[in-house]
Amino acid sequence: MYKVRLWSVKHSRGMERLYHATNPLVLGLMRGLTRLFGHRLDRPITALEAGVKGFLFDCKMCGDCALSKTGMSCPMNCPKTIRNGPCGGVRENGMCEVKPEMRCVWVAAWDGASRMQHGDAIKNVNFAVDHRRKGTSSWLKLAREDSDAAA
Amino acid sequence: MLRPEEAGLNPGDPLPILPGHVSGGRFERVLRAGHFAITTEIAPPDSADPDEVLRRAHLFDGHVDAINATDGSGAHCHMSSLAVCAILTRVGYSPIIQISCRDRNRIAIQGDVLGAAALRVGNVLCLSGDDVSVGDHPEAKPVFDFDSVTLLQTIRTLRDESRFLSGRKLDLPPQMFLGASINPFAPPYANRVDQFAKKVAAGAEFVQSQYCFDLAMARDFMARARDLGLTERCFTLMGVGVLASAKTAKWLRSAIPGVHIPDEVIRRLEQAEKPKAEGRRIAVELMQQLAEIEGINGIHLMAFKQEEFVGEIVKASGVLGSRKPWAPEFPLVPTPSK
Ligand code: SF4
Repeated sequence: MYKVRLWSVKHSRGMERLYHATNPLVLGLMRGLTRLFGHRLDRPITALEAGVKGFLFDCKMCGDCALSKTGMSCPMNCPKTIRNGPCGGVRENGMCEVKPEMRCVWVAAWDGASRMQHGDAIKNVNFAVDHRRKGTSSWLKLAREDSDAAA
Repeated sequence: MLRPEEAGLNPGDPLPILPGHVSGGRFERVLRAGHFAITTEIAPPDSADPDEVLRRAHLFDGHVDAINATDGSGAHCHMSSLAVCAILTRVGYSPIIQISCRDRNRIAIQGDVLGAAALRVGNVLCLSGDDVSVGDHPEAKPVFDFDSVTLLQTIRTLRDESRFLSGRKLDLPPQMFLGASINPFAPPYANRVDQFAKKVAAGAEFVQSQYCFDLAMARDFMARARDLGLTERCFTLMGVGVLASAKTAKWLRSAIPGVHIPDEVIRRLEQAEKPKAEGRRIAVELMQQLAEIEGINGIHLMAFKQEEFVGEIVKASGVLGSRKPWAPEFPLVPTPSK
């Protein structure tokens, strides 16, 4: 939801804390579940992630979550899906050039990042998404990358 | 200035790549030699006529160091940037190919970059691009596989690592001078310089800005760019526009998001007896004042529908001193086919 999304960016610092507090838990849980059930729970887990992040951030499930590096503003809501923004067309009032009724996702991102402890991550170049991952879970991706690295 | 005969080549052939240079183009040589440079924009015709491209380029002879060929600007369909550039290199001009991410994915773009280099195009400007919704084909599918920053990084990979993104090796990498756009005049103002830094980190060696009508903002932006050391790593060409009237100015700032024109400029045009001449005078003054700002290495003069005045404006500004940019020795100016 647009309003909730704006709220999340406004509270990017809190969201970051929440993320750091819950991330080990979520990842631990995911690791346990994937070890026990293999791929059998992928669909419900993906649906849960889509639900939670969809509500908070209007997450588009690109499969390569960048929220912690984009001030808690999901870049996939940018009509041009820019991952290193903003573009040159931001309106004088900070609204999007394509959708004048929406705050530019990247104005929000730089604003959100300014309140985050690790907000400087926004300054690193974020390479284009792997389109094969669209619709897949970033949580499961991270959990599996971790266990692959450990193995 | 360097003449192609001195290198013993056909006019369009690349020059030997000098130490510290990345391309065989004249544009990079001018900047690296420490000269103040001028670039301009050619409007690609709505036509399949190559002579029309040459007629439009001829207006700039001896006044500009490189010519940007826009890539479906404003999401409107025109002759492709690659084709315009290829026609220009045949005569020896230094074109800057513009690549927008709107219409092509990473497979098409990497292929086009190799093609452009093979056609002797030595400079590229990486853009995200205008959205299809503002153009004349709003029903088209927007691609946006890349954004301008990842596009820069990709071309740098092709050039410096001599490979595709997939890792597959190139037999000969594209030797191109890498450019990007900046817009210091749109929000988020405080972070515009960070965005500039990101583009430099991704490989930008020169940048061209959106229209600058606000000197205070330009000064402030350049001061921050200097603080971050960006002006040492990247050449900056500030965008200057030629306004035909107060009406066009108002239209520009309301219809084109990201264009900032202060009220004083509009007032000046309104009060002028001859607004068109006043618009040119404003451009001349801006060029002179921008040239004084430390870290600005050139001007990107955008004179849409007023291309015939580019030479006059450049001369009146005096920013080139006694230097005369390259022009074809035997200008190929086909007479208009009416
Ligand atoms: S204005 Fe912002 S949200 Fe809109 S297209 Fe540009 S970067 Fe994306």
